[in-house]
Parts: sequence; structure tokens; C-alpha cells
Amino acid sequence: MDHITFLVAVVIVTALAFDFTNGFHDTANAMATSIATGALKPRTAVLISGVLNVVGAFLSTEVAKTISGGIVDDTLVSPGMIFAGLVGAILWNLLTWLVGLPSSSSHALFGGLIGAVWVGAGSHGVHADKVVEKILIPAVASPVVAGVAALIATYLAYKLTARARKDSVTKGFRLGQIASASLVSLAHGTNDAQKTMGVITLTLISAGALGHDAGPPVWVIASAGLAIGLGTYIGGWRIIRTMGKGLTEIQSPQGFAAETASTTVILTSAHLGFALSTTQVASGSILGAGLGRKLAEVRWGIAGRMVAAWLITLPAAALVGGISASAVKHGGNFGTVVVALVGAAVAAGIVLLSRRNPVSAHNVNDHHEVPVRTAAPTSVGTAA
Amino acid sequence: MSIDWTALGQVTAVSVGVTIAVVVVFALGVLGLARFEGAREDGGGGTSTIGIAQAGLCFLACAAVVAYGIYLIVPQFH
Repeated sequence: MDHITFLVAVVIVTALAFDFTNGFHDTANAMATSIATGALKPRTAVLISGVLNVVGAFLSTEVAKTISGGIVDDTLVSPGMIFAGLVGAILWNLLTWLVGLPSSSSHALFGGLIGAVWVGAGSHGVHADKVVEKILIPAVASPVVAGVAALIATYLAYKLTARARKDSVTKGFRLGQIASASLVSLAHGTNDAQKTMGVITLTLISAGALGHDAGPPVWVIASAGLAIGLGTYIGGWRIIRTMGKGLTEIQSPQGFAAETASTTVILTSAHLGFALSTTQVASGSILGAGLGRKLAEVRWGIAGRMVAAWLITLPAAALVGGISASAVKHGGNFGTVVVALVGAAVAAGIVLLSRRNPVSAHNVNDHHEVPVRTAAPTSVGTAA
Repeated sequence: MSIDWTALGQVTAVSVGVTIAVVVVFALGVLGLARFEGAREDGGGGTSTIGIAQAGLCFLACAAVVAYGIYLIVPQFH
């Protein structure tokens, strides 16, 4: 292991940290609606999802052969840029988690890398046409497709079961939700854990620790799988609340329709080679399911904020990635340490802020908003 | 830059079609289940067998789709 320099070690740790945030950011995609409808208890849901993510990570042999799928010029990418890009992605993931907004972890990763490569290697390192083809078009199309599918399916599900016994219907769809949510989790594990494996493997190859075209070593697969599984199990409760309760009030037929739509969109596009964001697909499905039920209230304010977060995810992560890359480029190992420390400090600050108004397994379904500030100033006097 | 409209259209058509098919079949299964449970509570036997048969058939069809989904997810099966 002589080839593993300080920088490479830092990149590996940062990649695993990103994988962890990826996991807890995306628990909501598979499990939010199951938790909201009571199909699964919150703790059980995140446990199933975590286990299936680990299983998915081990099942997936098609580890990303390129870091970015051609969005940036991989020959120009150095471990320092990967590190800077990952820092941008992690910080953006944490910030959106704090405000309870489901944003795409993949977009955060791509954004961070684009920023880092732009600063580190120049604008010619970024392939703008690929950005449009691989990010912009799926980002617009996939939530719409999932939304339309969920809308029609929800409408038909209610129409068909309108005159049947209410409790039988609710119970039946709840059982179905367990299967559909599990499939989303498994698909997520095979897709997202392998991104981190790809990043670590390519870093090791560029450092000479692995031969060209080498597959990921078992420890890389295991650690990436465990990081995403652990993140999923910890559960991004703030995002789960927004997706399960915030966008619309979900009932079990809607939850089943939404999860089925998410699964089919993810699987068909993966089969045809489209990269897309699980988060955006799941959000689109939930909105569609909300619209498909008569009298279901869709909170367009929250939906609007969510879409705004999607739009700024890539540029925001790119900005942080770019700043980090310039520090790494000009500061060498010292710059890397500074970026790592500043990043860790900001991350700790965000976690501390979230403590002011924690959302956990116990209160995830109590409310539909994710406030950052404490909502009850009246208790200040008694506390002091 | 080339946008593959055919692939995009395929994803759309297949996703919407499969989602609707699965949810409708599952809803029919739930309907059968509801009929079975309703008949059991009323004490009548006639409609309950049809109900449970309908539920079983529909859920079996959904299970087949789930199995195909797992087949698609796991690359070792290909």
C-alpha cells in the first residue's frame, strides 16, 4: 500500500463520507410514503432500506467506469479535484437536509466535480453538451414521466376501489407498499453505492495502487456498501417528513402508486442507459399521486421550494467544489487539510443547527414542516 | 449534442404503461380481498370464493412483475 498517499487517503475518507450523506439523504425516496401511510414503522422502514442498500451495493457489478459518465474530462481529473468536488457535494447535501429539501445527491456530486475541474483544469475540462444530455434532460423529463404515471395510476386505483370496504383497501395497499418500497431501495443500492465505488477505484488507479481496468477491491465494495447502508439506516428524517407529509397528505393507495411509478421509471431508464436522479423521480411520483386523488391538497409552496433546490443544486455544489479546488491547487497538502477542516466545521455547524429542532423516528409524522429555528420562543423564559 | 427522443419516448411509454397496469391489477386484487373479507363478515359463502380467487390471481400477477423487476436490478441474472 505504498501508493496510498496522504491525498488519496483523504479522498477515500471523503468519498465514504459523501456515500453516507447520499444514503441518509435518499432514505426518503423509497420509504417516505410507506412511513407516512403507516405501512411500515419508521425504524423498520429505515432498517429494511439500509439492508437492501448494502445488498444492492454487493449485487451491482457494473461499477461506474468513469467518475462522471463523461460530464468532465476524466483524463484531466486529479485526486485533489475529486476531493474538492466531494466536499462541495457533501456540504450541499447537508444544507438541503437541514432545511428538509429532497435534492439530488448525484447532481450534487456532478456539480462538485464540474466546479473542481473547471477551476483545477480549466473550462475545457467540462463537457457542456454532456451536461445538457445527461443531467438537464433527464432532470426535466423523469419527474414529469413519474408524475404522470403516478397520477393516472392513483386516479384509477381510487376509482376502482371507491365502493369497496375502506379498511380492506387501506390494508391491502399498505402490504403492497412494503414490496414496492423495497424495490426502490434495492435499485437505489445498485445505482448509488457504485458511484462511490467508482470514485474510489478510479482514485486508486490514478495513484497507481491498482492496475488499469481493475475492478473495485472487496474492501472498497464493502466499505461503500456499509457507508450508504448506515447512512440510510440513520435516516434523513427531515427529508422523509417533507416527502411523506409536506408535499401532500399521502394515503396507502397513493403511496403504492407513487412507489410503483418510481420503480418503473428508475428501472426502465437504467435499462435504456439514462442516468437520472432517484430523488427527482420519487418527488415527481408523490406530486402525481397527490394530484390523482380528489380533494388531496398539494402544497405548491413546498413543491416550488423543492424545484428551486433542484435548480441550484448543481451550481451551488459547483461553487463550493471550485473554491475547494483552488485551495487544493494552490495550497497543496496544506490547502487540502484546510479545506477538510473547514468542511468538517461547516458540517458540524449544520448538524448542531439541526439539533435545535430535531426530526426523528418519533416525530417524523407529526407535522408537515421542517423548521430550522425553534418555533416556540415562549419556552425561553422558563429555560433560563 | 444529440437528444435521443426515441429512447425518451420509450421510457415514457413503458413507465406509464407498466405503472398503470400494475396498480390497476393490484387494485383489482384489493377489491377481491375486500369482497372476500366483506362476505366473510356477513356470513355468506358464495361471493367469498370468487373474491379470494380474484385477489390471489391479481397478487400473483403483481408478484411476477416484482420478480421481473428484481431480475432487471440484479446483473448476475443476465
